[in-house]
Amino acid sequence: MTALQRDRGTGKPPARTTLAAAPADRGRVARRKGVRDRVARREGVRRHWWFTPWLYLLVPLGLLVTFTYLPIGDMIGYSFTDWDGISPEKNNVGFENYTDLFTRPELFKVFLVSGVYLIAAVVQICLALYFATVLSFDTRFRNFFKGILFFPYLINGVAIGFVFLYFFRPHGTLDSLLALLGVHGEHLWMGDPDLVNASLAGVSVWRYTGLNLVLFLGAIQSIPPHLYEAAALDGANRWQQFRHIIAPGIKPVISLSAILAVSGSLAVFEIPYIMTGGANGSQTFVIQSINMAFKFDKYGLASASAVVLLVLILLVTWIQRRLVPEERVELS
Amino acid sequence: MTTDPVTPERHPRAAGRIHARSAAAGGAKYLSLVLAGAVVLIPLVVIMFTALKTRQEALDTGPLDLPGNWLNFENFHIAFTQGKMLPAFLNTTFILLVSVTGTVVIGSMTAYAIDRFDFRLKKLVMALFLLASLVPSVTTQVATFQIIDNLGAFNTRWAPILLYLGTDIVSIYIFLQFIRSIPVSLDEAARLDGANSFTIYWRIILPMLKPAIATVVIVKGVTVYNDFFIPFLYMPSSDLGTISTSLFRFQGPFGVNWEIISAGTILVILPTLVVFLALQRLIYAGFAAGSSK
Repeated sequence: MTALQRDRGTGKPPARTTLAAAPADRGRVARRKGVRDRVARREGVRRHWWFTPWLYLLVPLGLLVTFTYLPIGDMIGYSFTDWDGISPEKNNVGFENYTDLFTRPELFKVFLVSGVYLIAAVVQICLALYFATVLSFDTRFRNFFKGILFFPYLINGVAIGFVFLYFFRPHGTLDSLLALLGVHGEHLWMGDPDLVNASLAGVSVWRYTGLNLVLFLGAIQSIPPHLYEAAALDGANRWQQFRHIIAPGIKPVISLSAILAVSGSLAVFEIPYIMTGGANGSQTFVIQSINMAFKFDKYGLASASAVVLLVLILLVTWIQRRLVPEERVELS
Repeated sequence: MTTDPVTPERHPRAAGRIHARSAAAGGAKYLSLVLAGAVVLIPLVVIMFTALKTRQEALDTGPLDLPGNWLNFENFHIAFTQGKMLPAFLNTTFILLVSVTGTVVIGSMTAYAIDRFDFRLKKLVMALFLLASLVPSVTTQVATFQIIDNLGAFNTRWAPILLYLGTDIVSIYIFLQFIRSIPVSLDEAARLDGANSFTIYWRIILPMLKPAIATVVIVKGVTVYNDFFIPFLYMPSSDLGTISTSLFRFQGPFGVNWEIISAGTILVILPTLVVFLALQRLIYAGFAAGSSK
């Protein structure tokens, strides 16, 4: 606090001030007047102790290191041990945890589950694109529909879990609705290993489509309207307008959604954990790691699994950044 | 649920053929919207019905049947008292207030330091924050758990608060983007008047960051209110339930009493609905800004 109060610029780094104020060759000064002005202007902002910015950064950096970088380091360390999370003794086991993960089929199975969520994410992005396109043109009650479609994203995950446990119950909402349509019978939406992941992935489509919708709507709004008018004059139909104006115009947002979809489907946890606890073959990568660590005390294996997940997600992000450069698409 | 008129958009002078085609397209459009609306609303509405039914009714009637008495709030009362929802709301509110305030202060200070100062290692600091934004916190929990435990924060309200404060890179980015658009000349004018950097931050930058603060408060508020993972893992004590973990615990004692579970679920959703209806515009903008950076 005292340091902050003393930061008046009186006892400043003198070298800088003299440098800026140093009288130089008149002609050169005149020629570089713009530069000198800019330097002087910036100098006004820069008058501070060298440590002033660090005072502001102390807490955020401390938290960042403690809760992001330290855990990553620790985790990599644990992943080469057989630690159980409690005992003081940790034995180095080399790459054993990693070979376990990739060779034991029951541990590897979780990737197939991620695949189901990935398919659901594709469905979700397509639905959001369709509704974003529809709602950005003249449509009655568009704010009403936008609100309805977005609201699920704001709902508490446990509440969503219960809503859909009831929905998928034998003789529950879904079965009753199907009976209205003439499809009778009892389906084990949550109990049948062939259906459970599709049902759960359906819940995540229900939950997240609205977020994509809002992102896409925002992006579509930034496309200049005269483009549609020109296209309409040329006789382009809605699909052609979508194909040639909207899709290229919002490419950066679509690519962002794609990357979030991939990393999201690898890191699914909440809904399946709340609804099934990972039973009936609905175990995901994160549920498996959490169970390994906190239920079965296999800290080493759980850490290795988390490291694999982290590397996968970073890899996907990196590939996406390489494939889709962050340049702005020119539309005029 | 409003039944939507499946009427085409009005084009008085459009040719008949085009009119017919746009009518069909319009019809399909509204049909798809109504269908999507139904898919979203039906699961929620059915839960509402169930919450209003008596135990016997819930057992005897189908999920789509309407409750006999629309003013039967008995289940809500049971859920609220026996489900310990009051302490849960208080716990969540405390964690929410501290985390959101902390996020705003920390995020804006970080953005201020990075944008308004030139210092050595600035690039490195930026890179550290950027890289961290790519690391999903869910992957590092196995090791984070040990750190929280060693800090003695396990099973206290400070565990989630520390984690919410420590892993929020998104808000730093929102502030950083916004602070760039505040003219530096304002800082300079204040400096000429003798203000130090903290006064500039507190009296000039922070008040001008209001729109960004609104965004961060909304995004962070919704995240904290709805989070299940962190309180579940770090506050297992039943006295420290948040709304998520307290609701999750309904599964045990209320087992198959769906009318009580439904009432609890509605109790948790209701505040979100009220806030959403009140702040719709801000919320859309907040989430668009929050996820695209």
